[in-house]
Amino acid sequence: MNALAARRHHRFAPIVLLLLALIGTGSVYAALAPSRATAAAPSANDVGAGQNLFRANCATCHGMSGQGTKSGPSLIGVGAAAVDFQVSTGRMPLAASGPQAPAKPPQFDAQQTAQLAAYVASLGPGPAVPTGAQVDASKGDVANGMALFRTNCAMCHNAVGAGGALSGGKYAPSLWSSSSRTIYEAMLTGPQSMPVFNNANLTPVEKRDVIAYIEAQRAGSPGGADLGSLGPVSEGLWTWVVGMGLLIGCAVWIGAKSS
Amino acid sequence: MSKNKQSRDVSVPDDGADVPARFTDPGHPEYRPRQSDLDPAADKRAERQVVALFGLSVLGTVGFLVAYFAVPPGNTVASMRLSNLLLGLGLFLAMFSIGAAAVHWSKSLMNVHERSEDRHPLRSSDQTRAAAVEMLREGATDSALGRRAVLKGAMVSALVLAPLTVAVPLIGNVGADWNVSKLKHTMWRKGTKLTIDPSGRPIKAADVTVGSLFHVIPDGLDKTAHPLDEKAKAIVLLVRLDPRDLTEAADRKGWSYQGIVAYSKVCTHVGCPVALYEQQTHHLLCPCHQSTFDVADGAKVVFGPAKRPLPQLPIEVDADGYLIAQSDFHEPVGPTFWERLK
Repeated sequence: MNALAARRHHRFAPIVLLLLALIGTGSVYAALAPSRATAAAPSANDVGAGQNLFRANCATCHGMSGQGTKSGPSLIGVGAAAVDFQVSTGRMPLAASGPQAPAKPPQFDAQQTAQLAAYVASLGPGPAVPTGAQVDASKGDVANGMALFRTNCAMCHNAVGAGGALSGGKYAPSLWSSSSRTIYEAMLTGPQSMPVFNNANLTPVEKRDVIAYIEAQRAGSPGGADLGSLGPVSEGLWTWVVGMGLLIGCAVWIGAKSS
Repeated sequence: MSKNKQSRDVSVPDDGADVPARFTDPGHPEYRPRQSDLDPAADKRAERQVVALFGLSVLGTVGFLVAYFAVPPGNTVASMRLSNLLLGLGLFLAMFSIGAAAVHWSKSLMNVHERSEDRHPLRSSDQTRAAAVEMLREGATDSALGRRAVLKGAMVSALVLAPLTVAVPLIGNVGADWNVSKLKHTMWRKGTKLTIDPSGRPIKAADVTVGSLFHVIPDGLDKTAHPLDEKAKAIVLLVRLDPRDLTEAADRKGWSYQGIVAYSKVCTHVGCPVALYEQQTHHLLCPCHQSTFDVADGAKVVFGPAKRPLPQLPIEVDADGYLIAQSDFHEPVGPTFWERLK
């Protein structure tokens, strides 16, 4: 303690104290913060519970009965699949308006999401949440999925689904951490900038093939580190900075006189 | 040189009058003893370092061999990656350590006193030069080129013509096909069905919902002689917009069907497939150079290096409700070429 006391006038002491105080406050908050409400909603009436959730969390932008306002589009006829995609990936409720709604930790649990989906589906007919068999990648044809992905998806989402930039701050997200179900729902409903790929364009079987191809890319590259699969940008950066740097370092070492 | 007033040894005036005719060779810089020259412990340490580097190389080689036999590539991506990583690491250690050890050895332990050896003069001796000139003169006199005019002509002709055996096939193969009319037409005809790429299913107008994007190839593409050549020209992008969002030129009013529009997918800049479609802004981006086209407004260029809108494919619906082409494109698709407007 004496050593600490001796340094209490050190010029970094206030900064260290401030950091300690911040860490302490954060730890106490993390320990005492109220856990996320887990709704014990009635399972008998999902639509009614979903309506309550909708009015409390979504109606500000989408209108009291989902008819849409100036701030948010109408949800009549978007179907349960769109709700499940937007809510289970945390894109909705929107945290802040921007070029694009980013994926973030979901605000609702699975049951609440299902209730919201049931309510929105009751507003008008729309695509339903896919069944487990429809999104089972193990039943898909990876080769056909590649042909479909190449034609329909690769230009925005990158050849192996690593994602890519669009205009004005928008972007096509990486698909590596997306679940099979949300990939299916995204194709079916066309969220945000993404166009719709309905069942006449990509049949449910073809959608499953696409999912199988994306799943197959998650194992990475057999050649070694894929550096994000971003192509010549990341690979070039690595070669020019690390590779060339190493070579220059060797050349300097060889040329320098020994001390 | 005359500007260098900070010269170490002599002061050189600007007018250059005092510059000596010849600089004397300053010789090698004084030898500065290394740690290993002065301190036997340092010498021993450097030796141990070299030994350690060679030892590292041996470890790398052993590691490579172990990895080669113990970690086969297998059938999964992960096992191939592990095998490649271990083999590469072993190879790197084995090779790089030998090099590093050799360099360290020579730098820290071997004799590093600098020596120089003067070059031999490049000029041959006068005797050799005179002999060479004499031989050339003898040869010229002996061949009698000055007198035998016909022989000289024959030789020149043979030498000039012989390279044609190389040049004619090379030049003849440049631009083998000068038929530019191929660039002006695609396989779209009146009544050709629009089908989905790559499955080839025909598209019903009712299936194209608002916000949908279809990648389209002409029906019968796989039956053509060169399907990829035809596809490269004929690929089309089909979207349906809310008809209220659509701005159409007066002469193209009949080219769309209830908000469904079809445009060539070949960029008018350098021909990449333009396919990044943003449903909300109706903008179509080219992945190569970020040319952006507004699908809602005649695919006009709104950003990027492209100079012309994408050519529009006039479409209609047949009796069964399938989308068909009214005709070929009304202008050549893809980037500009010299004869485009002729």
